[in-house]
Amino acid sequence: MKRARVITFKIDGQDIGAHEDETILELARQNGIYIPTLCFLEGLSQYGGCRLCVVEVKGTDRLFPACTTYPIEGMEVFTDSDRLHGYRQDILQFLFSERNHVCSVCVSNGNCELQGLAFSTGMDHVEVPYLNPQLDVDASHPLFGLDHNRCVMCTRCVRVCDEIEGAHTWDVVGRGADARIVADLNQPWGEAASCTSCGKCVQVCPTGALFRKGASVAEMRKQATFLPYLSQMRAGWQNEEK
Amino acid sequence: MIKQKQAAPPSDDVRWRFVMATMRRNGFRRSALIETLHTVQETFGFLDEESLRYVASSLNTPLSQVYGVSTFYHLFKLKPAGKHTCVVCTGTACYIKGSSNLLKQVEKDYDIKPGETTPDNQISLLTARCVGACGVAPVAIYDGTIQGELTADKAVALLERYQDD
Amino acid sequence: MIDRFEKIKRKEREAAAGVDYTIGVCVAASCLSLQGDKVLDAFQEGIEGPKEEGSPPSRCRAKGVGCLGLCSRGPLVSVTKQQDQPADDQSRVLYQDVTVDDAPRILEAHEADKTVPDILCPTDTPFFERQIKIVLENSGKIDPTRIEEYIAADGYHALLEAVTEMTPNQVIDEIVRSGLRGRGGGGYPTGLKWTTVAKAQEEKVKYVICNADEGDPGAFMDRSVLESDPHRIIEGMTIAGYAVGASRGYIYVRGEYPLAIGRLKKAINQARRQNVLGNGICGTTFNFQIEIRLGAGAFVCGEETALIASIEGKRGQPRPRPPYPAELGLWHEPTLINNVETFANIAPIIRNGGDWFASYGTATSNGTKVFALAGSVAKNGLIEVPMGITLHEIVEELGGGTANGHQIKAVQTGGPSGGCIPASYFETPVDYESLKKLGSIMGSGGLITMDETSNMVDVARYFMEFCMAESCGKCVPCRVGTVHLHNLLDKIYNGKATHKDLALLERLCSFVSETSLCGLGQAAPNPIRSTLRFFREEYLDLLVDEPVHAISEEVAA
Repeated sequence: MKRARVITFKIDGQDIGAHEDETILELARQNGIYIPTLCFLEGLSQYGGCRLCVVEVKGTDRLFPACTTYPIEGMEVFTDSDRLHGYRQDILQFLFSERNHVCSVCVSNGNCELQGLAFSTGMDHVEVPYLNPQLDVDASHPLFGLDHNRCVMCTRCVRVCDEIEGAHTWDVVGRGADARIVADLNQPWGEAASCTSCGKCVQVCPTGALFRKGASVAEMRKQATFLPYLSQMRAGWQNEEK
Repeated sequence: MIKQKQAAPPSDDVRWRFVMATMRRNGFRRSALIETLHTVQETFGFLDEESLRYVASSLNTPLSQVYGVSTFYHLFKLKPAGKHTCVVCTGTACYIKGSSNLLKQVEKDYDIKPGETTPDNQISLLTARCVGACGVAPVAIYDGTIQGELTADKAVALLERYQDD
Repeated sequence: MIDRFEKIKRKEREAAAGVDYTIGVCVAASCLSLQGDKVLDAFQEGIEGPKEEGSPPSRCRAKGVGCLGLCSRGPLVSVTKQQDQPADDQSRVLYQDVTVDDAPRILEAHEADKTVPDILCPTDTPFFERQIKIVLENSGKIDPTRIEEYIAADGYHALLEAVTEMTPNQVIDEIVRSGLRGRGGGGYPTGLKWTTVAKAQEEKVKYVICNADEGDPGAFMDRSVLESDPHRIIEGMTIAGYAVGASRGYIYVRGEYPLAIGRLKKAINQARRQNVLGNGICGTTFNFQIEIRLGAGAFVCGEETALIASIEGKRGQPRPRPPYPAELGLWHEPTLINNVETFANIAPIIRNGGDWFASYGTATSNGTKVFALAGSVAKNGLIEVPMGITLHEIVEELGGGTANGHQIKAVQTGGPSGGCIPASYFETPVDYESLKKLGSIMGSGGLITMDETSNMVDVARYFMEFCMAESCGKCVPCRVGTVHLHNLLDKIYNGKATHKDLALLERLCSFVSETSLCGLGQAAPNPIRSTLRFFREEYLDLLVDEPVHAISEEVAA
């Protein structure tokens, strides 16, 4: 495989050498620079929906998502400014206000990425009114459950099911604020014929929306370590086939 | 190499031929999904579970993706419409000229919301974002015929003829 | 090929020469909704129907034509005298509000070289005289269902010239020289876009897409062009295909436009038969196919990456740019996407040269712009005016002021992504930069006028409700932000909001516009921002003071 051209650019004043086919997020992580993310997960395709990883670029007012933006020679990227900090808190406020995230009764309390992001960005209150929608819990699957109240629509479950498991049981139904995760033809999860019950979706879910049945408050710990491994194997086969 | 099987239509209704033709013209590719759903809706009036399953297996597209696409686009209907339809335009020009009053009146008189059908299955109330007849705003489309320069009273009066036929 | 065109032209001239008057009945959607088709039938029956014995053959012929512009007075009928051909707007007689019963009267009068004064539509008004027609040059003149009439009006001559006498680079040079900018709203230089796609590796498959997903509520320019002159789009796209090296094109049309779709389909078949589309175009080795793809009711599909997803059969959700479609577009190939009106300008530019086009308009915005003038003005309809014309001229002169005696208070341009411009700024010239400075955008061309009876908070709420319903739901700021913004506006409009709510509204506006993924979310706060800028007092009037009992109530609860 032909490797892309090498370029140099800056993140937060630090000089960084990079290949053109590496995203700003990958490069920041390689160089120990923290950028918060939610919909991004290494090993899955990029989505660019949560907007938490937006960064500033010198010379323009526009913000760019680090997970889908590739650096160009001489670019100066800033990941940590008051503006970005405020906006990241705003995004989290929006997510908390959108559905019903009550940490104290959640299986993922203490192990939740959304909760963790609120802590790390210092989001300690929600200024916008809570929308409090009435949402269902799907407990029809023998092993797992889906609580729409805790879903942040990151679509990690949709992507892992399609890209890694190959079943594409999940997709998104509707649009805008009415969008939901859906199994097959809007069926109870337990009746979705395409589901292999592999549980990958549960492991990659950042919140308590997808959980293992029987887990009580704060008992759900997720392990997505299989993902970089599986996606690398998958990429290896595909390159050989070419 | 796994051999692809061609799915059989859900029934021997001859109209499935139109759906088949659309899919064949597009080489049964996944990209033909929206075109095919258009044909199903044109042919049968709405998209039911049976047809979604048939289209999904014919185009080798996951069921959830088919469902996701059919619910993303507002023109696709998953439920049959009433005998008559009334589409009130809520485009800007119509809004400025009072289409919201018109809509409220119809909603009140028939006790239905946009997207719903009266219990007797006579009238479906819908809204559209601009039908491009802004010159004669406010407008509504009654069973495919555009009626311009409406008032709330006129809009309801035009519906009354659908009451019991 | 040119011989074939000449032959068609000659035949068309001969057909017209057989009569003294050509009656054109508007058969675009707006006039059709007012029974324009029945009026056409009435004329045809009057001409071909049974006559008294011995009476001479009729001196008139009737045909359907595209949009005549003044939609609010439809159905419109034009009568052109033969020696006046080719007619311009001033040399023909126009009738307004024509009914089926008027048809025999009009026929009778013109057989005797007279007119019918009571339904005459004056054409010596600014509405007609101030227009300059490039995009709409054929609208209202030719029968949109016949390719012969398009060819007779010099149609497909630009394509013939491009593929037989010019290199692709020369075509692009001409577009660059014209200074044409994207008419879909953004105003990106068209020549630059073509250059980028043309430069993408030669061995790549490339695509040309025409964006006809006209979603702005209150805009009907594209629909009108497609219904009135569909071949113009096919010619523009084919020239673009030749210039950038693409052999396949898609027209993505709103599913809500059945008439436009039907006429396009017909036009594509006719063009194939005349060898101006398909394989070996005009006897050269250039191949170009066009397919129609139907939208299904999603405003966001006007965004180019969402439109591409929709053509690929997926949910119309945008993806982050860059990479732009010019590099990575449909099926990951370089793709040129232009709007209907942009493609409609291509053939005239090639025919008359880029410099000719650049002579219209202002220094940075060349050419003309088609607007759909609607709302409170007396004259609603479709107009094409040179860039740089002031809003005052459009509203007061072409539009004729208000119909009801109220003062015009503001115009809204750019639909849900645009803003409201107050009457005090009506001297602003209409060009991309000036409108942007006022917090609005050129947009695709919807121009809605509002009088004193419109409340601007209500207007902002209306647009936010639209954006909320049309948000695709992919990115958080737009999905959740449009709901919060709408709820806040609702609260203000219902007299329940405080200054604190207004401050929150303003803060969320910048947040949503700066962090959203695509143009829909980024521009969604524009109607709020512009109304806050120019009509702030209307917001303040609706605010209430902070309730003093708030704390004690909370304690009680």
